[in-house]
Amino acid sequence: MGMDRDEIFQKIQGVLVDALGVDEDEVTAEATLMGDLGAESIDFLDIVFRLEKAFGIKVPREELFPAESLLNNPELVSNGKLTSKGLAELRERVPHTDLSEFEKNPDLSKLADLFTVNAIVTYIDGRLNA
Amino acid sequence: MRWIWIDKFAEFESGRRAVAIKNVTMAEEHLHDHFPGFPVMPECLMIEAMAQTAGILVGEAAGFREKVVLAKISKAVFFDYVRPGDSLRIEAEITTMAIEAASTSGTITRGDQTIAEIELMFSHVDRNLAGKKFPEENFVFTGTFTGLLRDIALNHKRPVAQPTESG
Repeated sequence: MGMDRDEIFQKIQGVLVDALGVDEDEVTAEATLMGDLGAESIDFLDIVFRLEKAFGIKVPREELFPAESLLNNPELVSNGKLTSKGLAELRERVPHTDLSEFEKNPDLSKLADLFTVNAIVTYIDGRLNA
Repeated sequence: MRWIWIDKFAEFESGRRAVAIKNVTMAEEHLHDHFPGFPVMPECLMIEAMAQTAGILVGEAAGFREKVVLAKISKAVFFDYVRPGDSLRIEAEITTMAIEAASTSGTITRGDQTIAEIELMFSHVDRNLAGKKFPEENFVFTGTFTGLLRDIALNHKRPVAQPTESG
């Protein structure tokens, strides 16, 4: 019954093509949702809805896009950057995302780059095959 | 002021689906200019008809406690012109309903012909932009639409939630 990463990726590609009106070849593993694919906040919810349908699982929005809710907490953000406490919190919330590049300069504007197609694949893979 | 762009509900299943009717008439002034000598209903107004049908469906499903705004047109595909004298059947269905938003899909048909396929997303605005204030007139459920639902409730003897006066 298991689905391998390639199958998961293809399905997610279809979800993103439908949700964001992009072409299939734009949806690469490294593409960022906001920067490369033009996603806005309502699109994140649309993606969650469509993932739930495509994979038949419940996807809590804060689990898939955990960084969204960090941004407004003054304890975790200072001067447009995540504080060390914020970074720790983020690491805890996104175990499926590679943060090594971001940690060098935890600028909030860079946070958007963390939402990649790959991060979704890893999350779904973890949910289905853990 | 809110304007009503659908004529009546033909079917209404709370939380599931709704069917509305819109009759297109040459008395609609914009058709004189769109286009002179060739009146066709603008596609954006077909989306509006779907947004009203689906928006009321979504609002009623939450008992009109949420402020519902159109947040996204996920899909809108049109297959034919709509002309004065046409009677449109606008069928909307809730595909996902969550605390903060809902998505719907639907078709517009004329007789047995599909005119449009439209998917929308609605945001429960207070759940997403907490604290921000919007003028009441921005919202659909201020009472103007009550009549539409009252009619279908009377005709089908089915209880349908009504918006409260405070909107």
